[in-house]
Amino acid sequence: MTKHHSQPVGGYHPKHVGSHVFLVILCVYFLIPLWWVLVAATKSNRDLFVSSSGALWFGQNFSLFDNITQLTTYQDGIYWRWLGNSLLYALLGGGGATIISVLAGYGFAKYQFKGRGFVFMLVLGAVMVPGTALVVPLFVMFNQVSLLNTMWSVVLPSLLSPVGTYLIRVYCQDALPDELTDAARVDGAGELRTFWSVALPQLRPAVITVLLLSVVATWNNFFLPSVMLANSKLWPITVGLNTWLINTRVSSGADQVWNLVVTGAFVSVVPLVIVFLLLQKYWQSGLTLGALK
Amino acid sequence: MSLSTLATRPLEERRSTARRLTAQQSTARRSTTRRSAARRQWWGWLFVSPFLVVFVLFLVAPLIYAGWMSLWRKGLVGKVKFTGLGNYVTAFTDPVFLHGLTRVGLYVLVMVPIQIGLGAVIALILDVAMTRLARVSRLLIFLPYAVPAMVGALMWGFLYSPLFGPLGQLFGIFGASAPTILSPDGVFGGLVNVVTWQWVGYYMIIIYSALRAVDPSLYEAATLDGASNVQISWHIKLPLIVPSMIMCTVFSLIGTLQFYTEPMVLRSSAQSAIPSDYTPNMYAASLGFNQSRFNYASTISFSLGVIVFIGSYIFLFLTRKRNGLR
Repeated sequence: MTKHHSQPVGGYHPKHVGSHVFLVILCVYFLIPLWWVLVAATKSNRDLFVSSSGALWFGQNFSLFDNITQLTTYQDGIYWRWLGNSLLYALLGGGGATIISVLAGYGFAKYQFKGRGFVFMLVLGAVMVPGTALVVPLFVMFNQVSLLNTMWSVVLPSLLSPVGTYLIRVYCQDALPDELTDAARVDGAGELRTFWSVALPQLRPAVITVLLLSVVATWNNFFLPSVMLANSKLWPITVGLNTWLINTRVSSGADQVWNLVVTGAFVSVVPLVIVFLLLQKYWQSGLTLGALK
Repeated sequence: MSLSTLATRPLEERRSTARRLTAQQSTARRSTTRRSAARRQWWGWLFVSPFLVVFVLFLVAPLIYAGWMSLWRKGLVGKVKFTGLGNYVTAFTDPVFLHGLTRVGLYVLVMVPIQIGLGAVIALILDVAMTRLARVSRLLIFLPYAVPAMVGALMWGFLYSPLFGPLGQLFGIFGASAPTILSPDGVFGGLVNVVTWQWVGYYMIIIYSALRAVDPSLYEAATLDGASNVQISWHIKLPLIVPSMIMCTVFSLIGTLQFYTEPMVLRSSAQSAIPSDYTPNMYAASLGFNQSRFNYASTISFSLGVIVFIGSYIFLFLTRKRNGLR
């Protein structure tokens, strides 16, 4: 569906001056924390406190590389381990959730099995169950099967994505006509082959969207890992940084690593920001799927 | 629907091939219909089964387990005894829990309208203004979604801080003293701001995509009649994006009632303003993991879960004519 606008694209219509001023103000607001963390990551511990140029401008010394070097040495470079853990959990949890959601969404959309309506109703209901309400019982359950304080206590619960399943089902119904899959079957393709070589290519935008959503959800997770993982070597970046923040606030001297907290925050933000900039086309159209009608 | 258009052309081609094929081979197909129908039942379950396993293990089981645990209480001598709904009587007369509930209720009343309202206004503006600035704004406003809530709260915590933040200097220019956001009075606004910054872009993108799917012919006549952009947005576009706004409201409602990460992170710099039982979730976590009162913690968690579920269900029910849920 292409959309034609009467306004010339790229031109400034006099009527838009007001809204453009509004947009500029918004941009400044949404950029301020990111700008601050970029600037602050270039400052030394001392410059963070006493900087004549203020919090929103660079200090006298450019210490970004110094800070990054310190990240690799402080506590034996545990920072990079945390970043690696986050990546691992996000790929395993988010990737696994995507695979499971795609299979289930396709199954719900394309097979008329008995009990489908009821089961799908459960899925919809699950969207409304707050994930955090499950943290306490999951903790006790994982404790009983000795999975507590292992990466699986974070990865396994992340495999569940009712929203992802719902989105894939809706997308299958809209973008994948039955004639297409039926034709493949008539040609002699098995069910798996039909799914893999006929359906999946059509579902690509939806799959990437669900992958983005679930990777971000796992990457951002804080409550679950902070409860499940006592071993600091297993922490994702969110839990690690928060511990540094707390420790820095209550300690003094060499243990006050403000510059590492700030630089660590900056470095941890970069990967996902890059991913989102690269995958613009997908999230800009895709995040909606189910919300559209 | 904007997304399906991505694949439109190859789809059309394949569709015609599909029709041809179906016509040619319909006779061959009819004989196998019954057998394949039974086999397809089985395949349906097979595709759905990994999800169901995860669903049962990590959603149904913990829910039931939480419900079960909430029916028991640890006695003074350490013996666990059945109390029925006793824990719930305690919970719903527990001033700390009720306080936390009222607090997140207040956050819902303030935060949800701000997020959805601002998201909708920005989306409507971006739908009209197709300039480069508009495209860049769309990207920038969405970017905080890629930042973990923990890091977002950390950054704003520094910005609020009188020690690190720019507020002191900024207000100093005008000879005024900076607002103390990390104080008991200021922290509510401070947290509303963190969440607004983090989520407005996400809701904006959802509503914006719904707007892009609106057929322009619906308002071309109004444009010709001299209606202003504001009039068109208000009278024609807004009613059409109500379903997506309702979905965003549900997401925002569910998220806000579970408030945990942001107050937890800000707490390290605002101990006096944010107690450890500030929200029901923080209360449950502190009961369970600091005091090992898992039965009571489960009661709080389960109650919160039920409240969230019922709350969003009622909302979806009240809006059932317009929420577009299938």
